[in-house]
Amino acid sequence: MSVNELFKKDLKVVNIGLKSFYNDLKSQNLTAVHVNWKPKAGGKTRMVSLLDKLKKMN
Amino acid sequence: MENLIEKANQQVLEIIQNARPTLIGLGIAGEVIPGMEKNLFLHAGPPVTWERMSGPMRGAVMAGLIYEGFASTPEEAAKVAASGKIRFEPCHHHQSVGPMAGVVTSSMPVWIIENTTYGNKAFCTLNEGLGKVLRFGAYGEEVITRLKWMEAVLYPVLKEAIAIHGPIDLKNMIAQGVQMGDEVHNRNKASTSLLIREIASSIVKTSFSDEDKVKVFDFLNSNDHTYLNLSMPAAKASLDPAGGVKYSTIVYTMARNGTDFGIRVAGLGDRWFTAPAEIINGLYFPGFTMDDANPDIGDSCITETLGIGGFSMATAPAIVQFVGGTPKDAMRYTTSMYEITTEESKAYKLPPLNFRGAPTGIDIRKVVETQILPVINTGIAHKDPGVGQVGAGIVNPPMACFEQALEAYVKLLEDEGLVE
Repeated sequence: MSVNELFKKDLKVVNIGLKSFYNDLKSQNLTAVHVNWKPKAGGKTRMVSLLDKLKKMN
Repeated sequence: MENLIEKANQQVLEIIQNARPTLIGLGIAGEVIPGMEKNLFLHAGPPVTWERMSGPMRGAVMAGLIYEGFASTPEEAAKVAASGKIRFEPCHHHQSVGPMAGVVTSSMPVWIIENTTYGNKAFCTLNEGLGKVLRFGAYGEEVITRLKWMEAVLYPVLKEAIAIHGPIDLKNMIAQGVQMGDEVHNRNKASTSLLIREIASSIVKTSFSDEDKVKVFDFLNSNDHTYLNLSMPAAKASLDPAGGVKYSTIVYTMARNGTDFGIRVAGLGDRWFTAPAEIINGLYFPGFTMDDANPDIGDSCITETLGIGGFSMATAPAIVQFVGGTPKDAMRYTTSMYEITTEESKAYKLPPLNFRGAPTGIDIRKVVETQILPVINTGIAHKDPGVGQVGAGIVNPPMACFEQALEAYVKLLEDEGLVE
């Protein structure tokens, strides 16, 4: 499917990341689903390093 | 080397899955709980001093002091509690669990549960009902009168009835309850009914008067939470043998004392990892609001630690009328718990999820990595001593407990030269 064809279709959005993007789309009555996703360990670098240490044991 | 962790966790899950919690009888706390003494008061959650105790915990201690004859008024009880004459230790340090304040004193009757697979025991008091009760921090005359009746009538009748009946397989009974709309933490309607049905003829066969037997039946029947004080020690008995499995990252205790929330991890032994307990989001009784609420309190989240309770809310959609939310929320809570657990229960199957096993074996690594916290449903105690229950709702442990545990776990491996 070409990009031009894509833009002629109804927009259906899967939002990953900031929920405000999803809320904005919903407020405009667009079809959207929000993926409940967070960066690993919430982005806490100390926790990421601890988890990585355990993964490296293998 | 990760196999070291996975192997330990597999061992823990085998222990949990193979547990066979069984009701074997009743006794008096001072006679059956290991280390129990007249001047020792057990309480819910991790260790806490009188000075740091929350209002409902203090209220329950005051009720216990009046009940045991250490004091005759709440004011006198508060002085005795602060005097150093009474020692305070967690129920969990004495093979016990207690709902809400979880205060256990030496004269209180307790259920005795044995995990027949491993031979360990767990103890829990008998449930008093809802509203103005000791476990929610109330200490009025009606509270003490009820406790005395429980000791004088309810206990001997049930003790004799269970002796006549013989041991009762609680794993089987919880499995049935879970398929009948209970999650056996805040919804115990079906399980309480199953218990009464199971022991009815044995109660009738006891040597007590018809009047006493009728009162016992009426008391059990009037309190849907009767079974909570069996599901809790059943969970405790199922999880305790996992406590010594080195290198395991599985949580075997979650508990709160109204001030702090604490967890213990199988590979880290008896060490508590604590952080301030959270305020509960829920439904409040008429006349009360969140401003009246004490932070999270009680050992009852031992059920969630096993994978039932809030973890199995999908099977108990009616519970949302008590704790708030919608049946869709209940489904969402359960499905999200599979993200932070290791296996599905082979015993506790959830019909709304096509009989999928309850999410079992909380892994601290998964909690920290996904930032998904365990879901707990719970009663809400008033923040002041002497008031009692003001509502029920949903709460999570603080993430700090799991992050501290992960720090300690990695440190253990570093100290042993297993990671760099």
